[in-house]
Amino acid sequence: MSNTKHYLNSFLLGELWKGLMLTGRHMFARKITIQYPDERTPQSPRFRGLHALRRYPNGEERCIACKLCEAVCPAVAITIDSEQRADGTRRTTLYDIDLTKCIFCGFCEESCPVDAIVETRVFEYHGEQRGDLNYSKSMLLAVGDQHEKQIAADRAQDARYR
Amino acid sequence: MMDSITALAMAAWAWFPAGWQLLFANLGKIALIIMPLFLAVAYLTFAERKIIGYMQVRIGPNRVGPRGWLQPIADAVKLLFKEIILPTRSNKFLFILAPVLAIAPSLAAWAVIPFTDTLVLANIDASLLYVLALTSVGVYGVIVAGWASNSKYAFLGAMRCAAQIVAYEIAMGFALVGVLMAAGSLNLRDIVLHQAGNITDWYLWPLLPLFVVYFISGVAETNRAPFDVAEGESELVAGFHVEYSGMAFAVFFLAEYANMILIAALTSIMFLGGWMAPFNVAPFTWVPGLVWLLLKISVMLFFFLWFRATFPRYRYDQIMRLGWKVLIPVTLVWIVFMGSVMFLTPYGQVFH
Repeated sequence: MSNTKHYLNSFLLGELWKGLMLTGRHMFARKITIQYPDERTPQSPRFRGLHALRRYPNGEERCIACKLCEAVCPAVAITIDSEQRADGTRRTTLYDIDLTKCIFCGFCEESCPVDAIVETRVFEYHGEQRGDLNYSKSMLLAVGDQHEKQIAADRAQDARYR
Repeated sequence: MMDSITALAMAAWAWFPAGWQLLFANLGKIALIIMPLFLAVAYLTFAERKIIGYMQVRIGPNRVGPRGWLQPIADAVKLLFKEIILPTRSNKFLFILAPVLAIAPSLAAWAVIPFTDTLVLANIDASLLYVLALTSVGVYGVIVAGWASNSKYAFLGAMRCAAQIVAYEIAMGFALVGVLMAAGSLNLRDIVLHQAGNITDWYLWPLLPLFVVYFISGVAETNRAPFDVAEGESELVAGFHVEYSGMAFAVFFLAEYANMILIAALTSIMFLGGWMAPFNVAPFTWVPGLVWLLLKISVMLFFFLWFRATFPRYRYDQIMRLGWKVLIPVTLVWIVFMGSVMFLTPYGQVFH
């Protein structure tokens, strides 16, 4: 009996009609598309986008060239060189991040003892030539200067979970 | 001023010999069918993307022009300006010939489609046979394309397509045998005239199994999902037209969609009463017949798109099983049943 039933069901395309009804219903469902340049999805304060190097409020750069980020970077995307300044502090002379290598894991930010290297919410950037995505120290500092307000706000919001 | 221009045109027209006049008149009629058909194909692709998008809870293309209405135009312009690449080891002559072979039958078949009682390019007696012949010629384009490309994927696609079309052509032909038994004519116009009256007089009801078989075979014939193993983008990249680009690819695309519209039109004509209104009473008969036909074609086309949005692709052996072991026996049984009822019992009227 169940065999006959199964045979009839498959012969009369029972399951296929069910499938058609399902897609037919979805045709009238509310659409979930986000029309990106006009609409945006919400971002977390922990969003890991373009990197930035931060400064202290007095304008001094935070990075002390400890090279922890260089050591922890799983993609070997960071290259650092340093020297001693006239005032006795150690600072970087070279701080390159190859964004084509970077996997945006956030380890550099985690490892940084002075919160110098951070990942910002910026994700809309591009390069038009080879090497355009190889960010140098000055470029990273410029990103930091431009977005310092947002960066500081995000860090403050996340501080109680660290 | 207008009179003199009209007179000049009339004089120029009279200057041509009668044979030329006939030729021009027919070319004009052909253009009147082909141009709207191409436009319909363009907007069918748009409708497909929109409808499938909506069924997948997306909104589909909406960027080019108001609400995306210029999207098909943009697509056509893009394809026009692209280079047609000839693979080095391909057979150049056949490679160029294949798209022509694919599109020619799908356009030529429109010659016998009766749009209304009087609006038909060639009202020939064996038009059903003509349509059947031309829809099977279309497979040559696919096979030649697959062979001339000298590519494994294209060749595999062509082979699958050949086997599939041979299988479904038979079921399709048998389904049409039922129609011509009921109508007693091979002329498409006569077939529609036999269905005159209300929705209950359409062949849809007495020939319901044949209608279903015909439409399923039609989907398979046009290589549409769920029978699109000839293209099978997840297995064969793009099947028989992997190597085609630019306008040569566009012609294949055009042929596929023109075929879809053709199958939808034939289904409407043979099972859904062509240009007939569903009810032979006042508000329905005010609408011109052409509108009813276009409406029926649109409904059938919607099913094509609905299927594509719903069903996963059949496995190759499942396609063969369905074609040979299900659809053909169903049509055969129904034809024998029809014949017995028509000639051995007094209830033959059911099928007329």
